[in-house]
Amino acid sequence: MHVHSPRHHFPRHSPRRLPRHFTRLRRALAAVALTALALTAAACGREGSPPVKGPEGSELPRYPVAENFRLPDSPTWAKAKKRGHLIVGAKEDQPYMGEKDPASGLYTGFDIEIAKMMSAALGFPPKTIEFKTIASANRETALQNGQIDLYVGTYTINDKRKKLVGFAGPYYMAGQSLLVRADENDIKGPEDLAGKRVCSAAGSTPYQRIQTDYPRATLIAYDTYSVCVDNLLAYQVDAVTTDDAILAGYAAKVPDELKVVGKPFSEEPYGIGVPHNDNALRFALDDALVADEKNGDWKKAYDATLGLSGVPAPKPPPVDRYPAS
Amino acid sequence: MNVLLDNLSLYGDGLLGTVELTVYASVLALVLGFVMAAFRVAPVRSLRAFGTAWVTVLRNTPLTLLFFAVVLGLPRFGVVLPFKLFAIIALGCYTSAFICEAMRSGINTVPVGQGEAARSLGMTFPQTLGDVVLPQAFRSVIPPIGSTLIALAKNSAIAGSFSVVELLGVYKPLNEMGYSIIWTFVWIAVGYLLVTLTISAVFNLLEKHFGVAR
Amino acid sequence: MTTALYDIPGPRTRRRHLFYGLAASAVIIALVAWIIFLLFDTGQFVAVKWNPFTYEGIQELLLRGLGNTLKAFAYAAVLSLALGAVLATGRLSEHRALRWVSTLVVEFFRAMPVLVMIFFVYVALKVEPLPALVTGLTLYNGSVLAEVFRSGVNSVERGQREAAYSLGMRKTQVMTHVLVPQGVRAMLPAIISQLVVALKDTSLGFLITYDEFLHAGKLIASNLNYGLPFIPVVMVISPIYIGLCMLLSWFANWVSKRQKRNPKVEAVEVAAAEPGPLLPGGHQPPTA
Repeated sequence: MHVHSPRHHFPRHSPRRLPRHFTRLRRALAAVALTALALTAAACGREGSPPVKGPEGSELPRYPVAENFRLPDSPTWAKAKKRGHLIVGAKEDQPYMGEKDPASGLYTGFDIEIAKMMSAALGFPPKTIEFKTIASANRETALQNGQIDLYVGTYTINDKRKKLVGFAGPYYMAGQSLLVRADENDIKGPEDLAGKRVCSAAGSTPYQRIQTDYPRATLIAYDTYSVCVDNLLAYQVDAVTTDDAILAGYAAKVPDELKVVGKPFSEEPYGIGVPHNDNALRFALDDALVADEKNGDWKKAYDATLGLSGVPAPKPPPVDRYPAS
Repeated sequence: MNVLLDNLSLYGDGLLGTVELTVYASVLALVLGFVMAAFRVAPVRSLRAFGTAWVTVLRNTPLTLLFFAVVLGLPRFGVVLPFKLFAIIALGCYTSAFICEAMRSGINTVPVGQGEAARSLGMTFPQTLGDVVLPQAFRSVIPPIGSTLIALAKNSAIAGSFSVVELLGVYKPLNEMGYSIIWTFVWIAVGYLLVTLTISAVFNLLEKHFGVAR
Repeated sequence: MTTALYDIPGPRTRRRHLFYGLAASAVIIALVAWIIFLLFDTGQFVAVKWNPFTYEGIQELLLRGLGNTLKAFAYAAVLSLALGAVLATGRLSEHRALRWVSTLVVEFFRAMPVLVMIFFVYVALKVEPLPALVTGLTLYNGSVLAEVFRSGVNSVERGQREAAYSLGMRKTQVMTHVLVPQGVRAMLPAIISQLVVALKDTSLGFLITYDEFLHAGKLIASNLNYGLPFIPVVMVISPIYIGLCMLLSWFANWVSKRQKRNPKVEAVEVAAAEPGPLLPGGHQPPTA
């Protein structure tokens, strides 16, 4: 834009047209006030949360808080102790695994129950956990920069990630599977995908597996699984593929419209992410997991959450206590 | 440990992605921007209104919101396109609003007398436009269009967060491989400087060639 | 209209324009109708997708998101203005080293995408999302504002400066009493336009998991209980976000128009809300 070259003028007092000046100002203020009013007016509606679909669990299990628990070797634990509670990263859009109620802000699901067990075992009352939604792409960063103490959110353990973060567990063995519409009869497993439109998250492991193992399927990638599910319901794609735990959650929400088919065709061990090299914390969580699996809390938590999707509780996978690197 | 030399192909792909996004989105933005600028100076009121609405809305839209609406919204209408195309549409439409304004103010910098003189010489409308007005407008439009396209190249970084391969996204795999994050970013920065400085060099040349001292 | 393109139309041309106008209106209306049809056809107006918005919890979630957006904007705006002032002082300094360093800083941060800086602070410096977002926005907008301030001060005519010096004022006095007040006033519209950019760019926080307005929207949109209301969410969020930016842009325009009538300041054209960076080596004023 052009800055006009300065013309010559002398500072002088111009006769100000005050009235007009003020009307304009008043009009501006009125506009601002109106907007503010509209916003406040918007904030009155029905109380509570919008209704929820799908089966709801009766009572969530309670986990006894470990008393006088100490873990001085873990910097993460020490920081949390000073703060007074744990900060846990989670997913917010995966029904029965990690889901945040938009209205109440409460997190629910199997991952969330695991987080509560871990919190109790570390000596922090589960109620005090501060959950934070962390997108898949930012998980490692969030653990590295101390934004969260733990991450529990369909986090598959693999060697690449082990270089950046530590993994306690696994606490659940998921596997890639297929979600289709309830009226779909042609697709029973990944072999039937030839010529079908299959949706998954761009760049994810499930996406790549279909690409290499079942190249005759037409792959469609979206940013998030919820977009895939929406397109499945709208007949834009024929199947959605990712870990069965995630798919089962969607199917449980609208069982008349969606179903999970076939056997899982991969193994995805879900682990609890901890900051890299905080081995004391990692081993403590491993111990806690083993204890919870033994005393039945693990199964109770499963039945109250993911189990509602109709899949009976599997045997938990053995904990992999890999040595400190 | 040299991040750049070890991962030349990764950086290369990223840089190529950014360049591709920039080039295609620039073409879209220039075309759309030209059309909208034509609308905005057209003697037809409804076209002017449409152009004005297009510019006003897009100029005040956060680009992330536009990406959000395009990448997550268009699939609802059964528009299933590769992410790269979605990104080009979002970037192109967004930038077209700024291009349009640059072009329009370019046309407006041509003194009214020029057109009047041309017409009084008996020139037809295409002649007036093509031989008198546009050449003059073109000159004053070069620098602002250059800055707008540089902004476009920089804005293309957002596409990386929507599953498109581009330069900023390179940090992710490199971080996973355990390279120094600082150096990773240094080379990403160099890549962007390369792109923006190239555009500005091109436009400086154009300006030297066509521009007039005023 | 003041373009050099047309003469005042005669009766025949006017009739032709009327025809064009009707045709264009028809096409535009058809386009809008088609979009509305698509919205209905794909079931975007079903009650299930709009119901959530009638609940207080959802409204509060959106308002909290909006609040976080405005919070980031407020921090970024104040800090950018401060950084801009500091860098502009550096660029106008008489010490060559200082001038040189400030120029380098300004040019570098204007040539970098904001998002690269935000990610750098977030990933490499291991900082929480809000400070990372604010830092990125501040570095970029501060650098642009430094140029705005500088050209504002430079736009004050030379006689003012000379007169002030000849009155025996020192450089600091000349700056603070004479040049800066006039320069800032002349550049006020450009400064506000730059703040619009900062407001728009707060949405980048969405990409580094900052709980802002878009994030609240996405949370609602990706919930199967509400029928995955992506389009309704976009239809609710966009007018508010765009409206806020428009309000600020409009304010910039208003200030600029007011100044054009005010003989105390040299009027400056209001800039587009997205300033490209200066062409390095070019001689454009900053907000092109």
